[in-house]
Amino acid sequence: MANSNSLIEARGLTRRFGPNLAVDNLSFKLAQGEILGLLGPNGAGKSTTMKMLTGNLAPSEGEVLIHGQSLRDHEVRAKQHMGYLPEQPPLYPELSVDEYLRYCAGLHGIRGRDRAAAMESAKRDCGLSDVGPRVIGNLSKGFQQRVGLAQAIIHRPSVVVLDEPTVGLDPIQIREIRKLIRDLRANHSVILSSHILPEIQAVCGRVAIISRGKLVYDAAIDELGKESTLIVGFARPPDSAELSSIGGVSKVSVQANGQMVLSLDKGADPREALVNRAVDQDWGLLELRLQSKTLEEIFVELTSGEAAAAEQQMRYEEAA
Amino acid sequence: MKNIFAIADHETRRIFVSPLAWSILGISQAIFGYIYAGAVIQYLRNTDTANQSVGVSDYVGTGLYGSATIILLLIMPLMTMRLFSEERKSGTLTLLFSAPVTLIEIVLGKFLGVMVFVSAMLGLLALMPAALLPAVSLDLGRLAAGLLGILLLTMAFASCGLFISSLTREPTIAAVGTFAALLLIWLLKMPANFDTPFASLFDYLSLISHYQNLITGLFDSSDVAYYLLFTALFLWLTVIRLDMERN
Repeated sequence: MANSNSLIEARGLTRRFGPNLAVDNLSFKLAQGEILGLLGPNGAGKSTTMKMLTGNLAPSEGEVLIHGQSLRDHEVRAKQHMGYLPEQPPLYPELSVDEYLRYCAGLHGIRGRDRAAAMESAKRDCGLSDVGPRVIGNLSKGFQQRVGLAQAIIHRPSVVVLDEPTVGLDPIQIREIRKLIRDLRANHSVILSSHILPEIQAVCGRVAIISRGKLVYDAAIDELGKESTLIVGFARPPDSAELSSIGGVSKVSVQANGQMVLSLDKGADPREALVNRAVDQDWGLLELRLQSKTLEEIFVELTSGEAAAAEQQMRYEEAA
Repeated sequence: MKNIFAIADHETRRIFVSPLAWSILGISQAIFGYIYAGAVIQYLRNTDTANQSVGVSDYVGTGLYGSATIILLLIMPLMTMRLFSEERKSGTLTLLFSAPVTLIEIVLGKFLGVMVFVSAMLGLLALMPAALLPAVSLDLGRLAAGLLGILLLTMAFASCGLFISSLTREPTIAAVGTFAALLLIWLLKMPANFDTPFASLFDYLSLISHYQNLITGLFDSSDVAYYLLFTALFLWLTVIRLDMERN
């Protein structure tokens, strides 16, 4: 993933709706082959961010670069490299799947002989080969979602932006759509928004958490399980330096309630060594707990307080 | 340019798969046919007393094309109401906004799409007087001027309807709004008859004043320019409105 060749880059994206700040100074890059999961509680600014990334909403400040082209200055060229599936798939229920995809291909400048090939491969990738002549309005929700996805990838864009692609689907359809997204990784970079944590964990290589319009977390998903801490409490606490001399402990911090939090090297488990040392030196061990952070913990930690505060504020504003 | 045609093609296709378009086409042709037949019969009856200066092209053609404008005033808001409002309501506007096409291409594509439908209707309208060709000699120039007038008038109607459709997300509101706006601009003819210093301005602005020259076979480039400017103005306003939507 250490690819410096970024396909989409957001620089200081900010969006105001009147006095409300929906997205605040958001910056990130996405490299080829990455799947970025955009997480956040409802109303955190996920959809607004995605609309700005796809040129459906002009940012108040900042800019978006797609394939090195600025979305503001070279709108048409930048959009050629972008596929977007909004929360509500943009479908015409009165058209057949083939008619619809033919139009989408045309909109992206795919014409003549290439068009049939593009439609064929998009339908194959999204499992739509058998429903080509059917009218979209008569298809099930899951199939409609696939048609929306086919629309987003028909021109083989380098970046695909999907806004809550599995909302309203049954568990089997969700699995299929997830598999489809994972398969997309081979040729596209994907940005996916969701408020469903397991979905992000199942599909994405990288997670970004947005809370109240700010990017509060951005890390590869492999980093998650490895980040564990040891929480210890002593009756007669030793010096921090003494604790960090134990093999595997990288950092020691003392909390206000006297508990000590030891950050550990990846994969290290110094619990036994620590207990032996505590007995030898008579520290009076009271508590020993290994904690590995899950995505959910990180998410709740980063968003819950603020989300609750935001909700409270909204209620006040409504009441006023 | 190709993008305009892609959007126009799609728009025309959608118009022709909707039952609304076919029913409007059917009903309007029935009414046009009724007026046409009435005009022909009336001309036949009065043929003895008819003044030599009132020819058959004049009587039938002018009568038919004159009444057609009123029917088109009723029909056009219905044809244009869905263009943007429905796309906004169903979320499909996102497809156009995310695609590598400019706003001007979107607006021109939609306009062209609806004009293809209108042309089909006007083509049928042109065939009615043409049915008299084997029997009588018609003043084709005069009929052509009248038909050109109708085409220009519907372009003006369509552009205004397109703009109003871009303002709302409810097709019915777009239809009512378009009808009201067109009727008001049409009725500027009324204050033009009052004795005010602005009378000539009102007369110039009214949608129908310029048509009266064309229908009598008088081709004046200033009348044509009026309709073209009217159309361009509303198409431009639509582009601005769509741009505002993103900001």
